[in-house]
Order: sequence, then C-alpha cells, then structure tokens
Amino acid sequence: MKLRTLTLGLLSASALAFAAHAESITIATVNNADMIRMQTLTDDFTKANPDITLNWVTLEENVLRERVTTDIATKGGQYDVMTIGTYEVPIWAKQSWLLPLDKLGDDYDAKDILPAIAGGLSVDGKLYAAPFYGESSFVMYRKDLMEKAGLTMPDAPTWDFIKQAADKMTDRANGVNGVCLRGKAGWGENMAFLTAMSNSFGARWFDENWKPQFDQPEWKNTLQFYVDLMKANGPEGASSNGFNENLALFQQGKCGMWIDATVAASMVSDPKSSKVADKVGYALAPDNGLGKRGNWLWAWSLAIPAGTQKADAAQKFVSWATSKHYSELVASKLGWASAPPGTRSSLYANAEYQKAAPFAKMTLDSINAADPTHPTVKPVPYVGVQFVAIPEFQGLGTTVGQLFSAALAGQSSVDDALKQAQDAATAAMTEGGYIK
Amino acid sequence: MARAVTTQHKTIATAAAWIVALLIFFPILYTIITSFKSEQEAIQGFALIPSGTIESYSEVQAQSGYFKFFLNSVLLSVGSTILALLVAIPAAWSMAFSPTKRTKDILMWMLSTKMMPAVAVLFPIYLIFRDSGLLDSRAGLMVMLMLINLPIVVWMLYTYFREIPGEILEAARMDGASLWNEIVYVLTPMAVPGIASTMLLNIILAWNEAFWTIRLTTTEAAPLTAFISSFSSPQGLFWAKLSAASTLAIAPILIMGWFSQKQLVRGLTFGAVK
Repeated sequence: MKLRTLTLGLLSASALAFAAHAESITIATVNNADMIRMQTLTDDFTKANPDITLNWVTLEENVLRERVTTDIATKGGQYDVMTIGTYEVPIWAKQSWLLPLDKLGDDYDAKDILPAIAGGLSVDGKLYAAPFYGESSFVMYRKDLMEKAGLTMPDAPTWDFIKQAADKMTDRANGVNGVCLRGKAGWGENMAFLTAMSNSFGARWFDENWKPQFDQPEWKNTLQFYVDLMKANGPEGASSNGFNENLALFQQGKCGMWIDATVAASMVSDPKSSKVADKVGYALAPDNGLGKRGNWLWAWSLAIPAGTQKADAAQKFVSWATSKHYSELVASKLGWASAPPGTRSSLYANAEYQKAAPFAKMTLDSINAADPTHPTVKPVPYVGVQFVAIPEFQGLGTTVGQLFSAALAGQSSVDDALKQAQDAATAAMTEGGYIK
Repeated sequence: MARAVTTQHKTIATAAAWIVALLIFFPILYTIITSFKSEQEAIQGFALIPSGTIESYSEVQAQSGYFKFFLNSVLLSVGSTILALLVAIPAAWSMAFSPTKRTKDILMWMLSTKMMPAVAVLFPIYLIFRDSGLLDSRAGLMVMLMLINLPIVVWMLYTYFREIPGEILEAARMDGASLWNEIVYVLTPMAVPGIASTMLLNIILAWNEAFWTIRLTTTEAAPLTAFISSFSSPQGLFWAKLSAASTLAIAPILIMGWFSQKQLVRGLTFGAVK
C-alpha cells in the first residue's frame, strides 16, 4: 500500500514537474503541400523534445503576411516561429525584428544550404531565417508539341526562341496556347514574373540613386514583348491567371510552355493530377544574352521574432524542420520526391532524389543562376531578384502590377502603363524619402 | 377579370421572387456543389453536376480539427450576443421611452460607426488587446464582437420598443413597479419576439465576422472564419477543399437560419412599414 502511494506520489510530482517545464510554441504558416506535410510529421520532433508542444496557425498567404507583420511590428508575441519569404527577411532583420539563428545545433550543417538561398536570408553574414523550401522559376514545356513543331528546346533558351516556339505551338482551334504566363495583378503574382523577366532584358526598377526606371527603353522592350507574346499565343483571360490557373491549364494540356515556379514541376509531372505528366520537359528561364536570365528566387523560410519568450524551443524546432534529418524523414515515409526542394546541396547530390525527381538538376541550376544581391545587368541599390526588398514595394509592386495587367487585358497601351508606373513609382519613392 | 389579373400578378411576383432568391442563394449553392468536386474539376470551369467525391471533406477533416473552431464560433457568437443584449436593452429602453432631443443624433452617431473601415483601427485595437493580454482570448473577442454589433442591436431593439405603448409601462409604474421590474417583467416579455429576432441576427453577424476574428486570434480562440482561411493556397489547387471548409463552416448557421426564418424576417421588417 505504502509503495503504491509512494509511486503515485512520485508520478504526480513528475507529471507536475513536466507540466511546469512543458513549453508550447506557436508556428504561423502558409497552406502549401510541404507545410501541411510537415504538420503530419511533427511526432518525430515531439518525441525527441517531449517538453515542447507545437501549435499551428495556418493562414492564406496575404492574411499571414498581414498578421505576422502586425504582430512583429507591435511586438505582440503571438508567434514563436513565423513562415516568411526572402522579401521580408532582409527588411525585418535590419529592423532587429528577427533573432539571428545561431543556436541551430552542431549537426545542423548550415554550409549545406544553397549559397543563393542562404545569401537571400542573411544580413551581414548572419542567417536570420532557415529555408524550409526554395524555388526558382524555369520553363516547363510539352516535349510532344515541341517535336510536332519541329523544334528542340535548348537547356538555356533565349526569349526569341520562346517566341518562335510559342508561335508554332499555338493551336487555338484545339485549345492549345503556345505559352502560359502570369497576368494576375499583384507584387507576388505578375510582378514576380515580369520583374524577373525584365532583369534579362537589362531593365531595373531603380537606378543607383533610387530613380524609377520605367521610362527607360529596357522596360518598354520587356512589357511590349510580354504583351505581344501573350496576345498572339496566350490563353484567353490571361490577365486574371496566376500560378494556380496556369497550373490547371498546363495539367489539362492547354499550354505548350509555362514559365513559372520550379515547385510546379512535381505537380505537372504527377500522373494523378496531370494529363501530360509523361510529356513534360524542363529548361532554364530564357535570356537575351545580357548575362542575366529571367528566373526568380524565393524561399519560404522559418524565422523567430525578436519578441518571443521561447527562443530556445523555437530554434530547436526550426533546426529540426530545416535539417537534413527532416528530408530523410519525409523520404522514409513518403518517398524522396516529397522531400522539400531547393534548400540543401546534399539533397541534389543524393542519387535517390535525382532518380525520383527528374527536374532536380534543372531546379538546382535555376536556383544557382539567381543572384539576389546582384539581380540586374546594370547596378542597383536594392536586394531581390523578383522584388525590391524595401517596405514600400508591396504597395508599389501591386499598383504597377495592376497597370501591367490592364495593358495585357488591352485596357491601356504599353506606353500608358509604363508612364503611369513611372509616376506611381516616383510618387512612392518621393514619399518614402528615397528621392526628392 | 380583375381576379384573373390578380392571379397573373401573383404568378409573376412569385416567379420574380424565386428568381431573386435563387440568384442570392446561388453562390452558396455553387460552393456546396464545388465541395463535392475534385480539385481538377473545381478549377476547370462552370459545371453544376459534381462527380460526387467526398475527398475534400476527408482532407479538410484530416488537416484541421473542425470541432475546436466550431466550438469557438458558438461561444463567441452566443456570448457576444448575450453581452450585446445586456447593454442594448437598457439603452434602447431609455431611448424609446425617455427620448431627449439628442436621442436621434445619438442613434445616428452609433450607426455611423458601422461605416468606418475596420482596418483603420486595427493597430490601436491590436495594441489595446496586446497590453491587456487579450490577444487570442475568447473573452476579449466577445467584447469586440459585441461592440461591433451593438449599433445594430440597439437600433433593432429601439424600433421594437417604440411599438410598445408607453401607457402599459405607465400602468406598471402606477402599480408600483420599480425600474428593474418594469424592464424585466413588463417590457421584456412583451418584446420577446423582437429580442429573439435581434438575437438571431446578431448571432449570424457574429458568426460571419471575419476581420477581427482572424486578426485577434491565433490558436485558442480561433473560430470557423480562421478555419476557412487556412485552406487557401498560393501554390496548389484548393478550390474544392476551400468549398468543403466553407460548407462545413456555414452549415450550422444556415440550418439555424432555416428554422428561424420567420422570426428573422419579422425582425428585419418590423417597423419598416408604417
């Protein structure tokens, strides 16, 4: 009897002690396949760290951005780990809103992170967010239609080749559009594509003195080429198409080529959802021979807000979720094709991954071809390939996106759209104190 | 002849009413239809006949615990409604039975607060919530929802109370009823239908409120609006899953609305025709 009482007493005491030490961390994240997959695999983390429990808040991308920005700017302390992109990290790190990730553990191997991605997430050599998955953009094309057109896609095509191929592949009577590109307005929608494209045309958002550059011939060439290409070969209503709309069109066999995020490769080559899964080829984003390609760089990354009270537990989680061990865990449960792409060199050196993901090499080459610190042909004062890492960019990027989307829809001319973009950018930069 | 015309008018009016009702209901109907499609079907274009798959429902259920969000929605909408009634009944009583020359102005001012964009006060409210430790708390959100809907509740109750003859209250006073007794035993029983329809409408408004309920919560107090919001995806098809989540979120309030439609219509049209 005494022994039982003693045992019960000890158990209760240890339960109380455990409860006293149990820490729960709240993680804000977006809804995408990799993130949802991670939520189902967290047993592995909680088993190794029984004193930490995880709470998830999954939100739509724009709502997430607004929520975490509100929280971090007011030091609300609602989240211990935030999912943010390469756009936020340099801005927030400079504001001292993020903790540097210096306790990720001895076996974390931060040097294994792809240099282009690590560069986009570091400020003054310190890593402020750990990449969960990374992407660039590239050309996905229908090998059968390309063959029918009598052309061979080079590994590194030019924009002229893309135009020539699109002209030949377009067969509107049979519902085939030569090329599908983003047209939906938004700084992360059409402007991600168009800004990256403009880099390969030698354009830039601002010169070294922050003077907007939409009145320069490089932007005119970019936008005119895009609008002409899409009018001749794009799908109907392209000005409202974003990633998901083009994904559906490509999967249904209605696009000859689609230039978009590298993560789309696993979706267009999945026979369960794609009618053209076995006919897809991949190539680097096009260029114009100026030394820059039209591909972007993005990484959904995990960062820790400076206001958290649970920094150690948060770093433990970030370390687990972005480690090599996590990729191996996903591979053991769901196969190598499901491992989060675009973050670590070791993944691309893995023969099993290369076998499971035929687009692996092209993805890696695309990521390596992007340089967020020197994104353009001419020098610029900003960081970012498909965005400008300044707080004003979200609003300005979306305004310019609306103007360019209207030009695509035929509601305004290319010249008018560029003039209005120049005016909007000049006003925003003057208001922000960048220019007088 | 006159009779024939009346019948014809009635038929036209009925047909017109049906068309308008269908138009208004169509987005909800199409959401329900889409929830029974596969993701591929959902984005392919307009189609009224779904394949009938329930995979979206299983995925939604597997991904998030519906019940926790549902419980928060019930607690928040009912709680905020009760709070609103506690404040609004005395307020509407005083405005209806002891009006001053500024009563109308106060009523209009209260209503004007509904016209302010919520985002304009996001930061001050967020800071107040942060400093009072009310972020992600049901109690804080109940007060917030109560404050948002209070103008509508006061207005509705005011309209009801005005229909009650003041003489009845005077008679009660002559019989020696105190202010409390007058409100609880005389006014409230007479206004039960009005209070009930105000309550129903307020529950619906609170249930559907998506700005503050998403922005002031994280995990503990998050209601169904946050549940729906989590199914939109920047990269990957999501329309069918989002429709399934929306259907699950609106089902309880739709069923409640169906059973209480008479009270609701009465509440919304009361005092409109004089």
